[in-house]
Amino acid sequence: MSDNPFAVIGQIIDFFEYQSIISLIYLVILMIFVGVELISHVPSVLHTPLMSGANAIHGVVLIGAIIVMGYIEPTDYLSLTLGTIAVFVGTLNVIGGFVVTDRMLEMFKKKPKGGAQ
Amino acid sequence: MIPSYAYQDIAYLIGSVSFVVGLKMMGQPDSARKGNLVAAFGMAAAVFAALFLNAQGFHIINNFPFIVAAIFLATVIGTMMAKKVQMTAMPEMVSLFNGMGGLSAALIAIIEFHHKTAEASGMSADGMITEFSMPAGVYLAIVSGLIIGTISFAGSIIAWGKLNGKIGDFRMPQQQFINALVLAAIVALAIFHFGALNSGDFSMVYIYGIIALAIVYGLIFVFPIGGADMPVVISLLNSFTGVAAATGGFLYHNKVMLMGGVLVGSAGTILTVVMCKAMNRSLMNVLIGMAGANSGGGASNSKGGSVREVQATDVAIMLKYASKVIIVPGYGLAVAQAQHVCHELENLLEEEGVDVKYAIHPVAGRMPGHMNVLLAESNVAYDKLVEMEHINSEFATTDVVLVVGANDVVNPAAKTDPNSPIYGMPILEVDQSKQIVVLKRSMKSGYAGVDNDLFYDPKCGMLFGDAKASLTKLVNEVKAL
Repeated sequence: MSDNPFAVIGQIIDFFEYQSIISLIYLVILMIFVGVELISHVPSVLHTPLMSGANAIHGVVLIGAIIVMGYIEPTDYLSLTLGTIAVFVGTLNVIGGFVVTDRMLEMFKKKPKGGAQ
Repeated sequence: MIPSYAYQDIAYLIGSVSFVVGLKMMGQPDSARKGNLVAAFGMAAAVFAALFLNAQGFHIINNFPFIVAAIFLATVIGTMMAKKVQMTAMPEMVSLFNGMGGLSAALIAIIEFHHKTAEASGMSADGMITEFSMPAGVYLAIVSGLIIGTISFAGSIIAWGKLNGKIGDFRMPQQQFINALVLAAIVALAIFHFGALNSGDFSMVYIYGIIALAIVYGLIFVFPIGGADMPVVISLLNSFTGVAAATGGFLYHNKVMLMGGVLVGSAGTILTVVMCKAMNRSLMNVLIGMAGANSGGGASNSKGGSVREVQATDVAIMLKYASKVIIVPGYGLAVAQAQHVCHELENLLEEEGVDVKYAIHPVAGRMPGHMNVLLAESNVAYDKLVEMEHINSEFATTDVVLVVGANDVVNPAAKTDPNSPIYGMPILEVDQSKQIVVLKRSMKSGYAGVDNDLFYDPKCGMLFGDAKASLTKLVNEVKAL
């Protein structure tokens, strides 16, 4: 049944258990609205840190890298190497992202003090 | 009692909720820093769940030593990189980290293809399975992770190089046509690959082809876009990486990946649109690389005339005896690292009883909020930084406007010259004030590549030199008076 590469939608539903895919689609749609709502009313001052913070959050791809590492055979050296690199760069994204964001926002914290003088 | 099979789901749930709450808190100046920590905590919870928990309860993941070694090394290196980077170089740092996320997503996809096909060929050798079939949904999730991740990686590296000044702008004729062609080729190749996989052809050539084309697409996507538009591009690539992470969520039915990825995908897209709006340009216009492309000589020397050069001594006198001064910072201030000496000048003038404020254009510098971050670093008070909508009415009552390394954001052509490429962009109306002093290195045009009639205004004096050097001179002169 998978011979026809164009019967994409039917097969998507075939593969994923129907309930599961539906709940994932609900999640995607709701998250799109949440993302739009969260960003729409933010002062432009915070755009840079926010971009940086969002950058750190998509480092969640690291979870995928860890999952995939979990079922690589210890003798499959190619996959093991690629997987380790994936975990490495994923962590770089997470750690670098959060630390850079923190450094940016640290400066915002100083402001009230500066204003008081 | 919580059943042990739910531990992992609960940890992932905590992670997901933390992302939403963290991002929400990051949207307000007071709670922003805590918000970042909340999101980081969520990430830690999710990583813990992936490493130590599974659907049966506690379970240490296979290949644990490799994973932990990679995480440890990346934590050390990432922290060092992020701590060491100069405030001015933040945008390229964000771009670099974004590229790393894209690379990770692409690598996961490659391993998945390798794993799935190796499994199938191994089984058929045992005679257990004679027919391999990969459902279209699975294929779609893996291949989009590969394509989007690779584009994001290649594009981010170019954006990083451009902000570094290592890579210049590069345009080809028929740019859009070629872009569309490459994209179509990627999709076509993916469809062929899917067909090949399901007829037992496990050749990796298709995957290499897709990767190569996606890299090409990432390159030609970012190359023609001007350096000043890089923040918009980084924000867009940021949301791409989010989508790439979300495909992993579909593949593994992992809700924290899905939520985090989609959240960034949608938030990043909106952020991109908001940034474009601040420049009064459409996203399309930015992506096609209009700015600077057709500005050329044509309309640029409309007024011409000569500029008036002024000396630091004269400017110091003007400043000291003014009652109201507005400073307009721009990218030149960031490049010269002049934020501290700028604050010193501000303090000095305040002591003399001068009312000093900063006018912040939404896109001054290289990223929205770039100037706020920089000036905050040197302890400039929050209420001194006034956004464009609020300060424009104040220029008429201002004695001296000090433009420090800004150009396009004060160019009156945006209001008066319909032929200008920046026409329609909201600007800081500094030409309303009594005196203008522009601190600038040379008469070179700004990032939009257009001449600035403001410099030929009789009220305007030019103080040539590096922003930091000029401001230091001004500080010394004001002190000496």
